[in-house]
Amino acid sequence: MLRLREAIIKLYKKAATSLPSDVEAALKSVYAKEEKQKVKAILSAILEDIRTARKTERPICQDTGVPVFFIKVPAGISLVYLKNTIINATRIATKKIPLRANAVDVLTERNSGDNTGTGFPVIHFEGTRKSKLTVDLLLKGAGCENVGQLYRLPFGEIRAERDLEGARKCVLDAVYKAQGRGCPPYIVGVGVGASKDQVTKLAKEQLLRRLGDTNKNRVLSNLEKRLFNDINQLSIGPLGLGGRTTTLGVKVGVNHRHPASYFVDVSICCWANRRARLIW
Amino acid sequence: MVDSKLRTNKTKIINTPLNIDDVLSLKIGDMILINGKIVTGRDRLHRFFFNEEPSRKEIPFNLEGAIIYHCGPIIRKTGKGYELVAGGPTTSMRFETYEHKIISEYGIRGVMGKGGMGIQTLNSFKKYGCVYFHTIGGAAAYLADRVKNVAGVWKLEEFGETEAMWIFNVENFPAMVTMDAHGKSLHEEIEKKSLREFEKLIRRA
Repeated sequence: MLRLREAIIKLYKKAATSLPSDVEAALKSVYAKEEKQKVKAILSAILEDIRTARKTERPICQDTGVPVFFIKVPAGISLVYLKNTIINATRIATKKIPLRANAVDVLTERNSGDNTGTGFPVIHFEGTRKSKLTVDLLLKGAGCENVGQLYRLPFGEIRAERDLEGARKCVLDAVYKAQGRGCPPYIVGVGVGASKDQVTKLAKEQLLRRLGDTNKNRVLSNLEKRLFNDINQLSIGPLGLGGRTTTLGVKVGVNHRHPASYFVDVSICCWANRRARLIW
Repeated sequence: MVDSKLRTNKTKIINTPLNIDDVLSLKIGDMILINGKIVTGRDRLHRFFFNEEPSRKEIPFNLEGAIIYHCGPIIRKTGKGYELVAGGPTTSMRFETYEHKIISEYGIRGVMGKGGMGIQTLNSFKKYGCVYFHTIGGAAAYLADRVKNVAGVWKLEEFGETEAMWIFNVENFPAMVTMDAHGKSLHEEIEKKSLREFEKLIRRA
């Protein structure tokens, strides 16, 4: 349906050009908290970038990333239809906004020019009992995607055993190794569970949560709080230039695991946590 | 369009092309504003320079004293030429294998990007006289507004818009020197400090 296609084009525009209000508010409070004048000056430029992008309807960051969709589908809607609508919307949005064309054929090294290709954009479907379709879009830049890491526990290098304490060490390891390369302050998504595909999706899904969203599970909400403080202890700072703030928020999700497996995926997102939701 | 916070009485204004004295006067921690022409280059261009070694005659821009900007911009074609829509830095570490050779062979005196680079590049900075400018990761609309115009492009057909070598005319383009020609790297210092904290944090149960 054309109307849904138009709504998805709008969703792209919102995600690419208008940073969610909670992330912008968090960056403003980072500005207040940081002490070094140079770091403050850089943060003020970031805040101005956010305002300029929104006002002029241009992308916040030139790397408009890999579009990742998480879709909750009510009964009776064809997934083939949804997928085609998204692909068409992606082509138009790329030209119209514009987004940077980021889909490169691995065999020919040719850029498709419109952000579509095999398995591109990434689309996750899930059924819902609700009557409305929910489309969450995350534009995940490559700088931060490249510094994310998958761990198979136990992991001797940091003495991470198969428990949540081991998972905590993995998250710190990933952020320490990332340093400033993925544009901190980071939003960190963590997935713990049985298999590689399961935890990478789960970790990325955590990046859709608003920063103020507390985990319903007390053990996990405590872990999120602890990791938030621990990561900020690393002093990597905004853009890796040193300072008090290395993360804006940590979100952890768990799935059941296999008795013999314990995977932890750490998905790191840059300060430009470009997410947008459409309820249809 | 200068942000008052980025221009203080300590901010250094530099003009391209850079000479050796400009480079030697810069130290880590310096806040700078760049004026003049800069060129972009990322994955494909670095590989091309490294492997194919194009002659200076082939390159439509004199790289002597130039600043190479790690950036894959969003460009819009207009009636008159090209317009930069968004153009922030990309992660420089991806070019660690290649950069030293581009510095030694083509006389580049400034490398600009985000996240800093490694020891091989730092050593070549000291040997040949070059610095690293850390600009503002993610601030693509803000930085595009500090580019006065797109002065040219090379390898557009072959490499595509993101990977081509663009020539930008910049005005008061902000950055911080984080690696200098005296062997100092702010990234190295920050990493060392964070390693100490990291070790404390993983030992504490």
